[in-house]
Amino acid sequence: MIRIGKLPIAVFALCIIIFPWLARQITAISHYTDIMVFVGIYCLITIGLSLLMGYAGQISIGHAAFYGIGAYVSAILTTRYGLNPWFCMFIAVLITGGIAFLVGAPSLKLKGHYLAMATLAFGVIVYIIFNEEAAWTGGPDGMSGIPGLSLFGFEFDSIERYYYLVWGFVFSAFIFTVNLIQSGTGRALRAIHASEPAANAMGVDISRFKILVFVYSAILASLAGSIYAHYLNFINPSTFDLFFSIKLLIMIALGGMYNIWGAIIGAGLITFLSYEWLHYFKEFEVIVYGAILLLVTIFLPKGLAGVPEIAKGWFRR
Amino acid sequence: MTFRKIAVLSTICLFAIGLIASPALAFKGAYKVGALFSVTGKWSFLGDPEKKTAEMMVEQINNAGGINGNKLELIVYDTEGDATKTNLAFKKLITQDKVCAVIGPSGSGTTMAIVPVAEKYEVPLVSCAASYKIVHDEKTGKPYKWVFKTPQTDTMAAEAIYTHMKKHGISKIAIISVTSGFGASGRSELIRLAPTYEMTIVADEKYGGKDSDLTAQLTKIKGTAPQAIINWSVGPTQVVVLRNYRDLGMVSIPFYQSHGFGSRKNIELAAGAAEGVFCPLGSCNIAELLPENDPQKAVTMAYNKNYMAKYNEPLSSFGGHAWDALNMVVKALENVGDDKAKIQSYLENHIKGFVGQHGIFNYSADDHNGLTKDAFNMVVVKDGDWALAD
Amino acid sequence: MEKITLAGQLFQYLITGLTVGSIYAMVAVGFNIIYNVTEIINFAQGEFVMLGGLIMVFFHVTVGLPLILAFPATVILVTLVGILLDRLAINPIRQPTVLTLIIATIAASILLKGTAMFIWGKDPYDLSAFSGRSPISVFGAVIQPQYLWVIGFLIVIVIILSIFFNRTIIGKAMSACADNPDAASLVGINVKQMILLSFALSAAIGAVAGITVTPISLMEYDRGAMLAVKGFGAAVLGGLGSFPGAILGGLIIGAIESFGAGLISSGYKDAFALIVLLVVLFFKPSGILGSIEISRIKRF
Repeated sequence: MIRIGKLPIAVFALCIIIFPWLARQITAISHYTDIMVFVGIYCLITIGLSLLMGYAGQISIGHAAFYGIGAYVSAILTTRYGLNPWFCMFIAVLITGGIAFLVGAPSLKLKGHYLAMATLAFGVIVYIIFNEEAAWTGGPDGMSGIPGLSLFGFEFDSIERYYYLVWGFVFSAFIFTVNLIQSGTGRALRAIHASEPAANAMGVDISRFKILVFVYSAILASLAGSIYAHYLNFINPSTFDLFFSIKLLIMIALGGMYNIWGAIIGAGLITFLSYEWLHYFKEFEVIVYGAILLLVTIFLPKGLAGVPEIAKGWFRR
Repeated sequence: MTFRKIAVLSTICLFAIGLIASPALAFKGAYKVGALFSVTGKWSFLGDPEKKTAEMMVEQINNAGGINGNKLELIVYDTEGDATKTNLAFKKLITQDKVCAVIGPSGSGTTMAIVPVAEKYEVPLVSCAASYKIVHDEKTGKPYKWVFKTPQTDTMAAEAIYTHMKKHGISKIAIISVTSGFGASGRSELIRLAPTYEMTIVADEKYGGKDSDLTAQLTKIKGTAPQAIINWSVGPTQVVVLRNYRDLGMVSIPFYQSHGFGSRKNIELAAGAAEGVFCPLGSCNIAELLPENDPQKAVTMAYNKNYMAKYNEPLSSFGGHAWDALNMVVKALENVGDDKAKIQSYLENHIKGFVGQHGIFNYSADDHNGLTKDAFNMVVVKDGDWALAD
Repeated sequence: MEKITLAGQLFQYLITGLTVGSIYAMVAVGFNIIYNVTEIINFAQGEFVMLGGLIMVFFHVTVGLPLILAFPATVILVTLVGILLDRLAINPIRQPTVLTLIIATIAASILLKGTAMFIWGKDPYDLSAFSGRSPISVFGAVIQPQYLWVIGFLIVIVIILSIFFNRTIIGKAMSACADNPDAASLVGINVKQMILLSFALSAAIGAVAGITVTPISLMEYDRGAMLAVKGFGAAVLGGLGSFPGAILGGLIIGAIESFGAGLISSGYKDAFALIVLLVVLFFKPSGILGSIEISRIKRF
């Protein structure tokens, strides 16, 4: 297990804080702040997912559903009932957490590909509900007019304000998760991941921890969904489809599963690739994307977060 | 002379000749217009022809000297039909590329994702998407100030179909639609307008965009014995539904497609099952069938010809929306230059009787769509080609 | 048009469900072959089907080869793609974990889809049906003759595969690799070659599925994903690794979709099949005909 040092976190925080200022100085990348808002939103999801897949060893190809439930609950409660967005965000977290608990408990019995298919099925069912229940969700045309966020009169109505809000959330989640990993819960998770029978023999309640991590990852995804809804002021079901769940998986795999930093690296890289950098390849965009993915999978099995390790290995020679 | 000297001299000569021979297209400046189209992804049947049309127009305009001597620069971003990507690309067009107006996006979902942005940054947006919500703010009941659109609303398509049905004494109908934004929008308009035209909907079935077989849904419809069937989809399923409909022996029931069917390729793919099928189409699809004195005849014939010449494929109905959008923006640029507020004002007040591919547009402060149900012609498939329906 | 009775409708739902289900079954069989040898789920399986259809259009329509030649040509070409996939995407991975392999196959499917979009564009393509398009009437229900080809090929493929895996040396060698690759290589089985073979076979079957399905429902560059998901669902429902399970799973999913659409709500038809899948997995975590020992999956 890699010890998450405090220094890299501080350095990264500093970089995040000065990034918008830096982007404004260089015209070619001044719209990158906007992209970074989405990177932040996705990081919230990937941090939880990385914990789930890397530490608890559970796969989920349906996490877009939790992202979507958070977004839709926030959207419906704020547009239909005019409730305070922060309150709705909290309600969304409760609802999503509850659903995650109900879904997670029975899936404990499932292993490997069966679990993968079950989470996939769950994700698709939720997507179909978003699409069909138009009276609540607006159907395929989505819901517009979702209000933005504000705190005691301070409106988060510019790209930069939202950027700091989102990354504030990301750092909170990151630090909380790191503490979780380095606590007793984390040790239990690592024991389960290394060997379930052994952990069981030592008295670790496996089911409880697996569900805990599953619900935690769902809650983070729900927060991300609410934040997304209030930023775009519009949501529609296609944002929360199977392809997004797969994209999340790719972020985790590319970034590296066994390291929480991998969640951030993966989210950042895939977001920039698909929203910005791959445009230069025009009609080859999809082919290049697939090729990059394949190359990283083959040559960097531990993802990009594993690069420092590889580099250290080289220097030792 | 050494070989080297010959080489250098000839290169210089070639350059000089090239410079002299190239057309002296010196532009005073440039007008930048942004475009957001879903060129790839599941809405590519919209974005691909739209992009091609827009690029073809830009080339034509620049070859003719530009707009008042200014080069027209079109910056196109592929939205992939994704709301997030559209939002990011739109903001980039405004803040980075500093465009004076944007045409597109292709779909209603992606458009709704940027309507608040257009309003906030005060940039004219001429969308190529159909939903009426794009030009109708629920809270004020009026259009959004900066957002216009060119496609006919599904309301008009539904009205065209219902008018034709009423004329032929049909009152009991079945609807089948795809579960996408396109299908859902058409379906809700059909349901909403049914009472006005005294239509009773006896079946309301749906299917997925990538489904291989619609026999189950059609069998259910067959059981309700409707007087006509309306299918609302676009993509391969609108062909598959016809094949299944014929297999089930339902050809005696009149079949209506949505305007999404508007391409000869679809007739071909239906392998004979499209014969006798009705469909509301914008004029650009049936340019040859229009009478000579039809005001849209000239522009639609020209568009058909140019598109075929450049891309070696027949035009697509959806490309026409981009033609309409871009040409309106160009007209504004010609008259008021690239000031965003002036463009908005021009579009709202001076687009009257604008002859486009899909109709004759009349924008006003209360109407940012500019079309009526006459923008659709009812057409029937006869002998493997379009014919005007009576 | 004669009025249709409820019984007639029900029978039609059944026939349609079984015919559509047989497509899913064929995809599921493809999944199982690779799974049986490697325990990998090949997310690019749907792309084999897509390529089968589009390449057949190329050979038969564009090049003009008669059906009898275009068919094997297509299957061979897609098999080569399958082999390429193994060599370039699977084989080079040094420390394969389930997640890494899933991502590798996803990457491969993205590549294949992107290439198909580049070559064939986004339009749908059609093939002429093998024996005409006049629907056959069976007790009042109609069935496209092309579906009989689908079912026919499915049966033939399953019979051949069963004989192959149970009676031939190579087949048994492949099964041995699934059970215990280390032991298999100890007795002299070239595990890597067996994996290659499984991909080749899987691709071939996918191609057959694509070729037979295109005359019914056209084919375009992005059809693969939906078919892969349904095929995967069918394989899991029937129990991963079991060929009879794959057929059963496919037919059940097809039937549920059909009856669900006809009797309850067509908007939710895909959800019904998935809900049934979840319920089955709850009671039998390894699928209907799957065996418990398969669940001793290696961790990610």
